[in-house]
Amino acid sequence: MNHSVLVVEDDDNIVLSLTFLLEKSGFKTRVVGDGNAALNEMRKAKPDVVLLDVMLPERDGFSVCEEIRANSAWSDVHVIMLTAKGRDADREKGLAAGADEFITKPFSTRDLVAKVKAAIGMAAG
Amino acid sequence: MLEGWIIFIASVAYLGLLFAIAFWGDKRADAGRSIINNPYIYALSMAVYCTSWTFYGSVGRAATSGLDFLPIYLGPTLVLVLWPFVLERMVRISAENRITSIADFIASRYGKSLYLGGIVTVIAVFGILPYIALQLKAVSTSFTVLIQYPEIVMPRHLGRVPLFQDTAFFVALIMALFAILFGTRHIDASEHHEGMVIAIAFESVIKLAAFLAVGAYVTFGLFDGFGDLFARANAVAEVSQLFHQASVGGYAQWSTLLVLSMFAIVCLPRQFQVAVVENVNPDHVRKAAWLFPLYLILINVFVLPIAIGGLLQFPDRGVDADTFVLTVAMANHQEGLALFAYIGGLSAATGMLIVATIALSTMVCNDLVVPVLLRMRSFQARFTGDLTAFLLFVRRSAILFVLLLAYTYMRLIGESYALVTIGLVSFAAAAQFAPALLGGIFWKGGTRAGAMTGLLLGTVMWLYTLVLPSFARSGWLSMDFIELGPFGIEVLKPYALFGMSGIDHLSHSLFWSMLVNIGGFIWVSLLSKPSELELLQAGEFVQKLDSPGAAPVTAWRGSASVGELQDVLRRFLGDDRAVAAFAEFARRHDMNLDHHAEAVPALVSFAERQLAGVIGAASAQAMVASVTKGEVVSTEDLMRILDETSQVIEYSHELEEKSRALEETTAELRAANVRLQELDRLKDNFITTVGHEFRTPLTSIRAAGEILSDNPALPNAERDRFYSIVVAETQRLTRLIDQLLDLSKMEAGSIEWSMAPLDLGATIDAAVAAASPLAQAEGVRLGAELPGGLPRVYADRDRLIQVLVNLISNAVKFCDPADGRVHITARRNGGTVVVDVIDNGPGVAPGERERIFERFQQGGSGETLTNKPKGTGLGLAICREIVERFGGKVWVEPAAERGSVFRFTLPALEAAPAA
Repeated sequence: MNHSVLVVEDDDNIVLSLTFLLEKSGFKTRVVGDGNAALNEMRKAKPDVVLLDVMLPERDGFSVCEEIRANSAWSDVHVIMLTAKGRDADREKGLAAGADEFITKPFSTRDLVAKVKAAIGMAAG
Repeated sequence: MLEGWIIFIASVAYLGLLFAIAFWGDKRADAGRSIINNPYIYALSMAVYCTSWTFYGSVGRAATSGLDFLPIYLGPTLVLVLWPFVLERMVRISAENRITSIADFIASRYGKSLYLGGIVTVIAVFGILPYIALQLKAVSTSFTVLIQYPEIVMPRHLGRVPLFQDTAFFVALIMALFAILFGTRHIDASEHHEGMVIAIAFESVIKLAAFLAVGAYVTFGLFDGFGDLFARANAVAEVSQLFHQASVGGYAQWSTLLVLSMFAIVCLPRQFQVAVVENVNPDHVRKAAWLFPLYLILINVFVLPIAIGGLLQFPDRGVDADTFVLTVAMANHQEGLALFAYIGGLSAATGMLIVATIALSTMVCNDLVVPVLLRMRSFQARFTGDLTAFLLFVRRSAILFVLLLAYTYMRLIGESYALVTIGLVSFAAAAQFAPALLGGIFWKGGTRAGAMTGLLLGTVMWLYTLVLPSFARSGWLSMDFIELGPFGIEVLKPYALFGMSGIDHLSHSLFWSMLVNIGGFIWVSLLSKPSELELLQAGEFVQKLDSPGAAPVTAWRGSASVGELQDVLRRFLGDDRAVAAFAEFARRHDMNLDHHAEAVPALVSFAERQLAGVIGAASAQAMVASVTKGEVVSTEDLMRILDETSQVIEYSHELEEKSRALEETTAELRAANVRLQELDRLKDNFITTVGHEFRTPLTSIRAAGEILSDNPALPNAERDRFYSIVVAETQRLTRLIDQLLDLSKMEAGSIEWSMAPLDLGATIDAAVAAASPLAQAEGVRLGAELPGGLPRVYADRDRLIQVLVNLISNAVKFCDPADGRVHITARRNGGTVVVDVIDNGPGVAPGERERIFERFQQGGSGETLTNKPKGTGLGLAICREIVERFGGKVWVEPAAERGSVFRFTLPALEAAPAA
């Protein structure tokens, strides 16, 4: 089991909730606060899923996603983007950048976990 | 052989040939293949100057006065050689203004004056009558003399003949018919008589050839060349004295004749006709300037030889010297030569008669009859249709009238004078036109009143000093008039006015008439104020030299429909020509002429010019004015036009200003629009941002809530952590809402400000105290360093504390995490107090120093809100609102070592204490 999730989020309180939820569901969780750190972390060990916030310091989630998709070694990595803006334009932009899923804040915790699981082909629950 | 019938048939045959030539010339002109469009024909037509006066009279004068015949030919030569531009200028002006006669020219120049045109016409008719009479006399004399062949009998010895046996009478009638046929075949707007011109040119050739033939016969036939001729003349004392004295009349008379003939070449109506009106190309003047003098030299070469031959032939003086050209040949039984000489004299006379009567009839018609008729309402009412036939009738009548008048004059006066003397009376009359004519094209200041005064005074003087005495000498007045003066007043003796005696009559007359003419013209011109139309015309005539190609200026105000204008033209030009003229105008201006449309000013002046070609400028103007609603420009009108013009200029200036202002406004609006779009974008961004700012804490609250709810068995520590997240994020939301409301209230101006004088030091202390717990929690050292005697400030205490706390908490947040220090100072700086909140954090990048004071633009680089410190992104925006409200400023500067200085100023309440 032990699928790994890389959380890229800079709001501490949200990170707290996300790690709790993911670890409780059995995921190995790593957390970074910005896009470059996320890419570095991925080079160290390829995660199964990246939970990627759009609003990040230094560079935004879209460009991070594009870079992930540009690397063929990471083609099997699932990218789920998180956004607090909730606009269709952002959603399309994220999907165009190669994201697999798009979650709007505030999200339902169950829904989030379900989407992460679905992304890696695990049955919900 | 020289039977009467032969002479008669030769005469008729010659006139027939002349008519055929004229007819051919007209046909060529109608076909558009003008034959007169060359300088030779032009110069030959100008030779109409040489009349029977030249042909017979020069010899007569040479026989009695020696070289005195010469100035009459030197004058025109001088004019043409030295000042051809005078003629050229008149030609150009006339062509552009469709001038039909000298009367028309003068009238046109002085504001299209009907009166002036009329006066010139009357003077011309009566001035030229003697001259015309002279031609009649010459023709009849030559005929009478020739018919006596082989006898040589002078007509004066034949006694007075009854009217119907007088050849002169029949000559007058035949000439009238001839002039009518040549000159009034049709009415033409260009007033060109090409047939007449070519016929005149032909006549000039014939008379020159005839004269040269007689001269050559005398010189080389009767004598052995010039040497033999003059040698034989010298042998006879009476003859030789003629050539050895300088001048019988003295230098005064020479000068007088020179001046008169110089004027005559342009002032005589017939010379004006051929040289100006009939000119088809102004460039011809330049060539004629030497061709015509050449002609004059040729025709004068044999004057002296013939005179000498005559004197030697008829030593008993029983033969009139004026007939030598004829009688010398007759005396030597040269029948053919005599007939040729007669034909030459006939052509010289007929040429003059035809041109002079046509010129005069045009003037009488255009400048006398038409203007008068146009004024008569009864005429206007009767003749509403085509007037071309009527105009032709007027002209034909005028020709007949002038010739019969001239014949009458000849019967009354002519007998007592030699040819030359009669001719000079006419020259002196024509000279009266010179001041107005020449002054008119060289002096802008000449006015209508001046021209009229000069003309009238000069003419009266001419009448008094030349014509009346001639009546006296012919027995129609008492000789006492000459010898004792009128009513015995000696100073007024016509030949010695104001005691001026000792010079010949002609010089005397010329002196006085020119004195009053020129004097009156200049003096009155200077005194009188010209009308606006005069000014316009003067400008056009005088400026012609400066800008030969310039279009005529026409001040036209008033409106007429195209149809009305064409109707007027139709009446005077006939249907075909009127329609053709309008079509031509439409073609040239590339426009459609709708009959009901209002005529453009160009069309009005075009129509007027067309009309001017038929009825003269003055009448044309009156005629066009009668259909246009506007009148001729008056002073008031012109002033108003000028005024309107200046108003228009002013208005256009205003418009320019306005359009500039409009452009500025447009630019401002465009900028405002850009700003508005920017604001709209900002508002969108703001809403999105506010949404984002709400969603972030809500995310934490919802997640924490669901975790707490889904995991009832959480350990206490973790449970507390999630509860505290809920609380903290709820507080964050509340703060966000409070600040948003604050900000919007401040911007809307609906906030309550409790403004009061505040002790700045105490207020800072209070703020530091309020922020201390936060600083302590973050491990940041917080301190204030305030000098004594800080001035008070006028502000809302709570709001000022809000600013300070906000700046302090910001500073605490961004402090060096390891060794955080926040330091507050305050000092007076002139009229303000300066408060600094200094941290030792990373500092703010130069590009962000202004941006961070905008809403939701927090520190840190990258896109909006990429960095998320724990603030709401509204704190500094609120600080700025508050400080500016208090009359101060807030900004950020880099600190001396590291970190930032957030500095704000407030106006000090108290003045700086004295040092």
